[in-house]
Amino acid sequence: MKIYRFFYLLILSILPINATALIEVDITRGNLNPLPIAVSPLSIDENSRENFEKILKKDNIGDEISSVVEKNLKTSGLFNPLNKDAFLQAPEIANLKPRFEDWNLIKAQALITGKVKYVDEKLRVEFRLWDVLAGKEMMALAFTTVPTNWRRVGHIITDKVYERLTGEKGYFDTRIIYVAEEGPKTKRVKKLAIMDQDGANNKFLTLGNELVLTPRFNPTSQMVTYLSYFRNLPRVYLLDIETGTQEVVGDFPGMTFAPRFSPDGKKIIMSFAKDGNSDIYTMDLENRIVEKITNHPSIDTSPSYSPDGKYICFNSDRSGYQQIYIMKNDGSNVKRISFGKGLYGTPVWSPRGDLIAFTKLHKGKFYIGVMRTDGSGERLLTENFYQEAPSWSPNGRVLIFYRETKTDDKGEGFSAKLWSIDLTGYNERLVNTPVDASDPSWSSLLSN
Amino acid sequence: MKLNKILKNTFLVVIACLALTACATKKVSTQLQGDVYTGTDTVEYLASGVPDRVFFATNESVLTTASRETLRKQAAWLRKNSKVTIVLEGHADERGTREYNLALGERRANAAKDYLMTYGISSDRISVLSYGKERPVDSGSNPLAWSKNRRSVTVKAN
Repeated sequence: MKIYRFFYLLILSILPINATALIEVDITRGNLNPLPIAVSPLSIDENSRENFEKILKKDNIGDEISSVVEKNLKTSGLFNPLNKDAFLQAPEIANLKPRFEDWNLIKAQALITGKVKYVDEKLRVEFRLWDVLAGKEMMALAFTTVPTNWRRVGHIITDKVYERLTGEKGYFDTRIIYVAEEGPKTKRVKKLAIMDQDGANNKFLTLGNELVLTPRFNPTSQMVTYLSYFRNLPRVYLLDIETGTQEVVGDFPGMTFAPRFSPDGKKIIMSFAKDGNSDIYTMDLENRIVEKITNHPSIDTSPSYSPDGKYICFNSDRSGYQQIYIMKNDGSNVKRISFGKGLYGTPVWSPRGDLIAFTKLHKGKFYIGVMRTDGSGERLLTENFYQEAPSWSPNGRVLIFYRETKTDDKGEGFSAKLWSIDLTGYNERLVNTPVDASDPSWSSLLSN
Repeated sequence: MKLNKILKNTFLVVIACLALTACATKKVSTQLQGDVYTGTDTVEYLASGVPDRVFFATNESVLTTASRETLRKQAAWLRKNSKVTIVLEGHADERGTREYNLALGERRANAAKDYLMTYGISSDRISVLSYGKERPVDSGSNPLAWSKNRRSVTVKAN
């Protein structure tokens, strides 16, 4: 993954503009009228096209990058990329100076143009975002990278466009780590897998020799923590996905599980089970100091830090049933926050700090929902036979989780899949994976 | 007279219905007490007359009377076979979150461990391993299947 280091982001020009006069997309509500946007294919000269074709085995890399952008925008639910067949202006001319009347005619409100060039064995991309109605350029950027990074170029363009039009950071130049599953339900083979947010570049990280569960990204680096049953000893591990090295976290005389990183990436918080009791512990990754955070004869698990690191939300059955609690990061001031009907699990603090996402079981149905950090304002986003384990997009606008199907009377028909849904409760989507999948974790933005 | 006959017929129909429903529920009820599995479909034996597993109610780790009887048999057998070491594998059904189920499986296996220890089996001979919901024996998505999966299984380790 050394390629990231070759990434150069150069800002060409950001013209001073009157923001109020230009288009904006409201992402705080379910968007039933996605913004019509035209993604003109990135233009490419013949020499560059041939060079990239040789290196990347893609006929026209400009078209390919535009397709990545287009698919991202469509998946977000906030944009409606228009059909290219209706475009009147050629890409290379549109990028110089769009004829806004033409784009207005096909009802595009925003337009993306750009070009790619082969420069010193690198991929140089520039793109522009235009407000069609105002007839103005909203943004222009250029960057250079190694050609194999071409998909990331598409994701970064989408992030910039998303940010310019919604006022919030995007989540497209990100990856998902998850557990890939195969085989019969009674003997599932599970492997760690990683892919780009859009499902591309899928890669298996373990061979499936031992059971692995609940991988989670370090928010500050490309490290992952997860549970492995290596040698039939369920323990929390740390994996560096750049080097492939892994190590056990701490020296616990029993099962450690439910790991997550602190927001600064310096600690791992997890459960340790001994003699029928699970409590929450942290381990400092630098000095290896282990601290016991909860001390209660009930099950305390699924801990997750607030983004400022000052609080921890977790799951406990100390009231008799699974509920969500918060406490200070030293374990003091424990307070139950879930009081609705049903059982609550897997609390995860939003990267924005204001909400906690959870799984709820009520009357035989599973829900993914959110509540404020004091437990008020509970909102259920989706109901299903079985679903759990939400993970936030880095901008806190989308949740990814997994869903399992009910088997028939013969025990056949089981599947596990990743799904995503907007915080608004709209835009529920199946996230394609090569095999069955569960336990997704969303990375932070790679290019920040 | 006529009314009497009608009543009599209705009565017969009602009885027939009752008998039918009784039959329909009987099959399940012989395998479930509350929601604890009491059947033997999935049970294996450590030795003749020594079942290898005990079952639990939803979200519970309390040992039932039947479970305690099974564990006493296991303890007696373990006392006779003093070189045998065991792993208690704790499991949960699929109707719970993965992480909570890992803890629950551990709690169930420890309930069995504690009971074996009170019957004289040294903790040195027992290790505990929770699988949570990862290794169901029955792949069904129905209450009977779930009841078979909520279990602690005693497995010979040597």
